[in-house]
Amino acid sequence: MTNMAEDLKATHVTDAAPSPSNAPTAEDRRRTDRKRSPREQKKRTANVVIYGVLVVLVVALMVPFIWMLSSSLKENNQVLTVPIQWIPQEFVWSNYTDIWTRIPMMGYLQNSLYLAVIITCLQVLTGSLAAYGFSKVRFPGRDVLFLAYIGTIAVPWQAYMVPQYIMMQNLGLTNSFNALILLQAFGAFGVFLMRQYYMTIPDELCEAARIDGLSEYGIWARVILPLSKPALASLALLTFVNTWNDYMGPFIYLTSNRLWTVQLGLRSFVGQFDAEYAMIMTGSVISVIPILIIFLIGQRYFIQGIATSGMKG
Amino acid sequence: MTTETITQAPAPVQGRGNRKQARRNTLIGWTFILPNFLGFLAFTLIPVVAAFALSFMEWTSFSAPKWIGLANFERMFASDSFWIALRNTVVYALGHVPLTMALALLLAMLLNRKLKGIGFFRVAIFFPYITSLVAVAVVWNMLFSPDSGPINQFLGALGIANPPGWTSSSDWAMPAVIITSVWRDMGYYMVLYLAGLQAIPTELYEAAEVDGASAWQRFWNVTIPSLRPTTFFVVVMLTVSSFKVFDLIVVMTNGGPGRSTTVLSQLIYQEGIGEGKFGYSSAISLVLFIIVLTVTVLQFKIQQRRER
Repeated sequence: MTNMAEDLKATHVTDAAPSPSNAPTAEDRRRTDRKRSPREQKKRTANVVIYGVLVVLVVALMVPFIWMLSSSLKENNQVLTVPIQWIPQEFVWSNYTDIWTRIPMMGYLQNSLYLAVIITCLQVLTGSLAAYGFSKVRFPGRDVLFLAYIGTIAVPWQAYMVPQYIMMQNLGLTNSFNALILLQAFGAFGVFLMRQYYMTIPDELCEAARIDGLSEYGIWARVILPLSKPALASLALLTFVNTWNDYMGPFIYLTSNRLWTVQLGLRSFVGQFDAEYAMIMTGSVISVIPILIIFLIGQRYFIQGIATSGMKG
Repeated sequence: MTTETITQAPAPVQGRGNRKQARRNTLIGWTFILPNFLGFLAFTLIPVVAAFALSFMEWTSFSAPKWIGLANFERMFASDSFWIALRNTVVYALGHVPLTMALALLLAMLLNRKLKGIGFFRVAIFFPYITSLVAVAVVWNMLFSPDSGPINQFLGALGIANPPGWTSSSDWAMPAVIITSVWRDMGYYMVLYLAGLQAIPTELYEAAEVDGASAWQRFWNVTIPSLRPTTFFVVVMLTVSSFKVFDLIVVMTNGGPGRSTTVLSQLIYQEGIGEGKFGYSSAISLVLFIIVLTVTVLQFKIQQRRER
């Protein structure tokens, strides 16, 4: 859980007092003198106050999640009570067994997973290939082409969703997974993110590999790919989560219930049974759990991905 | 970015061997780019260009495309729904951008320190950003329930006798949406600000302290100016994303009550995909694009002037 602290290494810049760890004299003093200096004492109390503030803040910001989890274990009529019950009177675990028969939740999860995996694989593969072409191979017209990629990132997706839809309609691909795969697997974002990373890999490495007789494809596969594991992980995780969470794409293209993703299924459940508060919350928890697991495993890559794609854009 | 690409420009070509090499490079380069480029060309680049052209055409699902010049725009500027959607989008942006920015900066400053377990706090605050939007919208809708929702119970406990009706009131639906989106997005921008804060050299603060600057003065005269590039980026990203707001509104209020939260993207969807008026909806898209572009360019100019 503390990986993020390593990635964004904290500094003391905002502390009111200069940090003793930066000054060797303070460090030495602490070693020789067991008694706490007033300054250290002050810092200690400051830390306690900061911890207090942080805990209160995080709990306040987590209220929606806490409420979601607690409501998912209640009867419907216990959800919106006055006063609020943060802990259910009795835990209704059956919500978590009943939901699978109430709505085809398993089918929704499978559809979401299928889309997310296929799109992520295609995006990572084509994105890293194209990024190599854009950063390590020199040929005329390359930079103009890359500009076209960047340019479309600036155009809001909503501005061209109608032409996309007409195109898919003419290809007979509406109401199929293929429409979403084609639309989302070749995004400019992946190319951009990977290129940003490849620019930081020195060209001399490729040059050396070239002299050793490796082809460009060999360099990509054996030199660049192994070096860019963090960026690949960032792109894969961001794409997976985006696809899993996407609502508008499936909303526009997937009309039959059999193809629905978790997001669509959940939304339609809310629309049909808006008084089944507890079950709705159960569905919400189930839709968030995969994301939570993925996030906990790979959170440092999320943060790095955001920092790279964000700060150098 | 441009500086990077310039230094990578192709080396001057000399002799036949080099020209052959250049041709080979072009071929190799394209084979790398092609798999992605084909998809990108067909499903992004062509639709982008088509959207421009379509906005000057009359084309519905029942009729063939026909060039009609500016008629779509005339119709749009005379339409009530367009102005309501535009106003709602601007109101959303005016709430969402400054609030998210201020809270993100505040959180980043609070979390930019070396403490045990600080990573946990950062992760927790970031998590809403990647939580599925439907779950977020559904939970907040319940939290906002007018009668017995937790938020109004809390307001009641604070002594507010007539708490707002939130998503069921046409005056309060937009604030409810804004609160939800600020909660969701601030963790993301906090990460950007955190990276910005950590790039500020500690010497600057030490020098300011030697000069006797108070904590407040250090914030205004060191932190804020040093963060200017980050702030620029954050403002552009936030503004663009505010004007694109779509799915949160669709799931939370679906534009209601009445038309009180209908936004531009939603109008594009309704007119274009819902009713099949491809030409007219593309004209609205063009307006959306121009607004986003103008805001970006404007902020870019302001940023450049400040740096001079």
